Amino acid sequence: MKKEIPLAITFLTGVIIVVTFFIPHQPLGSMQQRLLIWYSIVLGFTTLLGVDSLMGSNFRKVLRRSPGWGYSLVVILGFLITMVTGLWSWIATKSLITLGSPFMFIYTWMIVPLTATMFALLAFFIASAAYRAFRARTLEATLLLVTAAIVMLGRVPIGAKIWSQLPAIQDWVMEIPQMAAKRGIFIGVAMGTIAMSLRVILGLERTYLS
Amino acid sequence: MMHVIGTWIAAGLTLAIFSFLYKDNPFYKFAEHLYVGVSAAFAILYTWAFDVYPMLIDRFQLERGAERWILLVPTVFGLLMLTRWFPKVSWLSRWAIALTVGIAAGLGITGQVQGILLPQIAGTLLPLTSANNIILIVGVIATLVYFYFSVAQKGAVRLGSRLGMVFIMVAFGASFGYTVMARISLLIGRLHFLVFDWLHLVK
Amino acid sequence: MKFFDKIATIDRRIIYLALGIVVLVPVIFKLVLPIRVSEPVRDAYNSIDRLQDGSVVMVSIDYDAGSEPEIQPMLLSILRHCFAKHHRVIMTGQWALGLPFGEIAMATVTAERNRAARTPADSVLYGRDYVDLGYRPGQRALMVGLGREFRDFFAADYRNTPVDDLPLMRGVHNYSNIDLLVGLEAGNSGDEWIQFAGARYGVKIIIGATGVIAPDMFHYMQARQIKGLIGGLQGAAEYETLVSHPGTGIAGMVAQSWAHLLLLGFIVLGNVGYFVMRRRAQS
Repeated sequence: MKKEIPLAITFLTGVIIVVTFFIPHQPLGSMQQRLLIWYSIVLGFTTLLGVDSLMGSNFRKVLRRSPGWGYSLVVILGFLITMVTGLWSWIATKSLITLGSPFMFIYTWMIVPLTATMFALLAFFIASAAYRAFRARTLEATLLLVTAAIVMLGRVPIGAKIWSQLPAIQDWVMEIPQMAAKRGIFIGVAMGTIAMSLRVILGLERTYLS
Repeated sequence: MMHVIGTWIAAGLTLAIFSFLYKDNPFYKFAEHLYVGVSAAFAILYTWAFDVYPMLIDRFQLERGAERWILLVPTVFGLLMLTRWFPKVSWLSRWAIALTVGIAAGLGITGQVQGILLPQIAGTLLPLTSANNIILIVGVIATLVYFYFSVAQKGAVRLGSRLGMVFIMVAFGASFGYTVMARISLLIGRLHFLVFDWLHLVK
Repeated sequence: MKFFDKIATIDRRIIYLALGIVVLVPVIFKLVLPIRVSEPVRDAYNSIDRLQDGSVVMVSIDYDAGSEPEIQPMLLSILRHCFAKHHRVIMTGQWALGLPFGEIAMATVTAERNRAARTPADSVLYGRDYVDLGYRPGQRALMVGLGREFRDFFAADYRNTPVDDLPLMRGVHNYSNIDLLVGLEAGNSGDEWIQFAGARYGVKIIIGATGVIAPDMFHYMQARQIKGLIGGLQGAAEYETLVSHPGTGIAGMVAQSWAHLLLLGFIVLGNVGYFVMRRRAQS
């Protein structure tokens, strides 16, 4: 019951999706479409799981006055204020992306700067890390470094000012050797994915049930 | 007025995050935790507004007959997913996971064969009439050889593997260059906001 | 020798400060450099340009604030290009938190068009010339499902207006009614559009991608699985050049150039310091 039914569900759904690829006619076509809609709906529920565990741990921290509980309070307040504002905006404007609504105020002036700046920090870290770790110790490392330099200069306007051929060399690197390696990697990943998917459908791979 | 208030809030949060560059501090921690709380609320609201409401509640009101009641199936599977909250019956969530895993695996097989494997191999079947074509074909094969661990890396395989490493290093170097470009772009975006929208240093 | 010791051990905060300055100065002084348009971006431009007037272009917002500075200028330029060619635009997205960027860009571009419009036919109207379907979870399942019928997933638009009440959507049922798909990508949604809409249903696709994603798109370009590629802020600047509407892409390229030079300078310094110190240690 605990293992057999999930394995049967995986087998059936996987086989139906593969078979309907080859035979999209009725009634199989409709069956596939129904499964795809169900997948879309069920996947939405998983979001709730992640949020619940996050909020639960912060609530516990506040209740127990654990070290840093004040920050957990910020998480909870941020969550509650956004929820209330969102629901209010949704009811008032019929949408959660109506520009000018209070909910979009939070989005524009809080979510956007916070997310964007978090990622912008990486510019500084990548600069520092490159200075510290990017060493031409071996032939491979030198190759990596030289390619990075060609791309970094050839891809921006100053590259052409330094040497007019640099952009063309950059284009060639991206379109021939870089692309060849990526293609090799993607073909390998595709074969791995196909093998793993088959193992999942046939019930040989069961780690998702643990 | 709201625009001005918003700009100041955004600027304050931007500087709070940037303050981490000096060292970890309460301003950064505040902004970081606010980000987590607000994002979590967004995730829930968007799930409700763009999934549960239009795909289930609205549909249930619109549909008639069997189509209406069949919507109970994904509802039950969705609710089963939430049984993870209750340890005694959390094993039921496996049914919902099994449904998504089965469908994703089925789509994965057909998608990878039709969308990656065949067109990418077809793109490599080129006449050996130019240096670029030769480099391309050698690069693809050598990269595949590098990742082929089922045989001992000796003789021709070792040679192919070494060549594969050369191509992979070029690819990683190129990816690094592009990643630097991406990260700098984000920094430009934030500084642009501070200079233009907040400080009005430039019109 | 003290000099080499110093360049081998530069404090990280000096690196941060230097980077901040080289990015800030060109932004403040609005410095610009001429932009060279690369082939993949020109191909993307031509894919939109060569469509018959009034074609249906579907734009997928698959990014969020973490990639907005790179991709938003692409979206603005693409929308300007589409409306200049009188194409109709259907907007959707695989990243829920990016949806408002679609709305913001659409509001900006439609306001520009409507200000300049002389006749009602020149103006850009919601429902007739563009539609925002919003977001549904499911990604690959959604992409395959849309190949059969859009209404199975999007019975209504993001404001809950039934799609059949929107003139543009009345003739759109599946990918056969879509002339071009524009994927704006910060993750793996682009790969999935290519697999599940491109390969399976033959949809013509162009991709606008962040710098992190763009290198993983060249093999699709060579295999003609995508018809054009706009990579990173430089790609955005190139597209702005093509539509003759400078924006944050072009404005950012001097800062981008200087930052790259600085970073390479630091890498060289790091290597010089490292090799000098290593030689000293060996001797």
